[in-house]
Amino acid sequence: MRNAVGRDIPDSLLVNGREVYQGKNYMDGKYIQKASPRTKRYETPRESKIVDSIAQALKDCGAKSGMTFSFHHHLRNGDYVVNMVMQTAIEDLGLEDLTIAASSLGEAHDPIAEYIEQGKVVGIQTSGIRGRMGEVVSNGKLKTPAIIRSHGGRPRAIEAGEVHIDIAFIAAPTSDCVGNCRGIGGKSNCGSMGYAMTDAKYADHVVVITDCLVDFPNMPASVEAIDVDAVVVVDSIGNPKKIASAAARISQNPRDLMMAENVAKVIASTPYFKEGFSFQTGVGGPSLAANLFLEKYMDERGIKMGWAIGGICGPMVELLKKGKVGKVIDVQDFDLDAVNSINQTPNHFEMSASQYANPANKGAFVNKLDFVVLAALEIDTGFNVNVLTGSDGVLRGAPGGHPDTAAGSKVCIIVTPLTRGRMATVCEHVVTVTTPGDCVDVLVTDYGIAVNPLRPDLIECLDKVGIPHVSIESLKEKAYSLVGRPDDLEWEDKVVAILEARDGTILDVIRKIKPYQA
Amino acid sequence: MEIKKAAMAGTLESSDAQVTVEPGGEGIELSLQSSVMNQYGRQIKETVLETLERLDVKSGRVTVVDKGALDCTLKARVECAVFRSCDESQANIPWGGAIR
Repeated sequence: MRNAVGRDIPDSLLVNGREVYQGKNYMDGKYIQKASPRTKRYETPRESKIVDSIAQALKDCGAKSGMTFSFHHHLRNGDYVVNMVMQTAIEDLGLEDLTIAASSLGEAHDPIAEYIEQGKVVGIQTSGIRGRMGEVVSNGKLKTPAIIRSHGGRPRAIEAGEVHIDIAFIAAPTSDCVGNCRGIGGKSNCGSMGYAMTDAKYADHVVVITDCLVDFPNMPASVEAIDVDAVVVVDSIGNPKKIASAAARISQNPRDLMMAENVAKVIASTPYFKEGFSFQTGVGGPSLAANLFLEKYMDERGIKMGWAIGGICGPMVELLKKGKVGKVIDVQDFDLDAVNSINQTPNHFEMSASQYANPANKGAFVNKLDFVVLAALEIDTGFNVNVLTGSDGVLRGAPGGHPDTAAGSKVCIIVTPLTRGRMATVCEHVVTVTTPGDCVDVLVTDYGIAVNPLRPDLIECLDKVGIPHVSIESLKEKAYSLVGRPDDLEWEDKVVAILEARDGTILDVIRKIKPYQA
Repeated sequence: MEIKKAAMAGTLESSDAQVTVEPGGEGIELSLQSSVMNQYGRQIKETVLETLERLDVKSGRVTVVDKGALDCTLKARVECAVFRSCDESQANIPWGGAIR
């Protein structure tokens, strides 16, 4: 069945009430029945929940084949926890048919690809999928199609019971002996632990894995002891160098800076750019640089930003410290400046992924967002964005909060160079629709700006201050004139991954790629 | 032209292509790897074969490792490798003739 973004979804997937994507806000006003976990009572007072090993914790939680284990990705590419747990479960305990439900997975988890090929890991539910794992899933090695969700779609699915977590593993930079966890104060700090919060509340069992045991009570706790079954102390939960970069530096690339300046110009031309406006930006070169130019316009007009959300990094913390933004609410930290600031700098707060972006709760932060500035791997002439599959059809990205912030914000700006190497970023049809075009408002490239015709109000704003803009078709033609028109990818029938829209409908599917043979 | 000895042009940098030519038996034996194979493999192959035809190269082994090079780059690398293979890349390049 064809969905609202023109993608053909196999009828065989439309079972158990699953629907195809119908357009944004389709589920508004409907009710959901929240799932409840089955959790163990710890009535007898005990001094500590520390157990000797991950294997022991797994046994204590009744780990068996066929279970779903959840993980969060605040340790990013430095994470050791997913691999440690899966190795113990599969190699030491001999478990099989396991499903990994992670907030994201990356190159750090390349060893899991082996377990997929062996058929020990049979299900993957995640936002990001990259590296070897992306390749083996794209090759159809996973027994069931992977399910890809946005950061808001994930807590929605957990709360609705569409993902039932048997055991949630919390990678905790610090924990006390009963499982109060924080993302700071240890040796592998990650700052916010926002993606882990829903897991801890909805999992049957929760195991905390930490490399820094601190005195009870570890407060204010991101994950609370009342939800934790066991605490395991290991040598190291991750490589600090890869958890948070030294400092997200603002790009010096003149092309990035030019695009960033145009982003700020577009923002400043709209009526939403006024005292107390709200803002989120990605950490890509031009998106991050937009902060810099925006500050100039804020100073000129004598206005301040009310609040900022998102994955947070240094430049935003800097604005907070300078008093140019009122509050920063943080689901994940990207660099040490942000890690060291959360819950330390006044008005820098932590939030859960549900609070950030879940479309099925009673109003997430993204719903109050004025502006979001995002990147794209590809954007097509319908303003649909792909941030998941490479132009070669292989899984190598993550929707993350992209679809959530795009849908919630008043103005969603995509900033991307027109071409990357030989790849046309602006194209006729994106490989995979991760963010529907009706949520995307403005495209800023190094060859010009295009405004979604669905937003005549924004076109008027740009015209009024004389910001030139062109049609997105002309940008696509420009791109193809530079790099040549690519051939259509060829696919097999087999669906290797399902891309869920944030509301739980099916936005797109990723099929097994048929490689071109020269 | 005739490929007289093994020669190479280009790099493995992004947006470049490394082209190696070697003397070989009958016809052109093309081996192609590309980071953009699924979308541009067919066009890269066409470009390389067209360039060889224009240079009147009838036989040889040609290896292209492409890192997303544009057509103009591919042509230049193939031409250079062929001219190097017959020691003619220093002088007398037929600008405006076979090279255009």
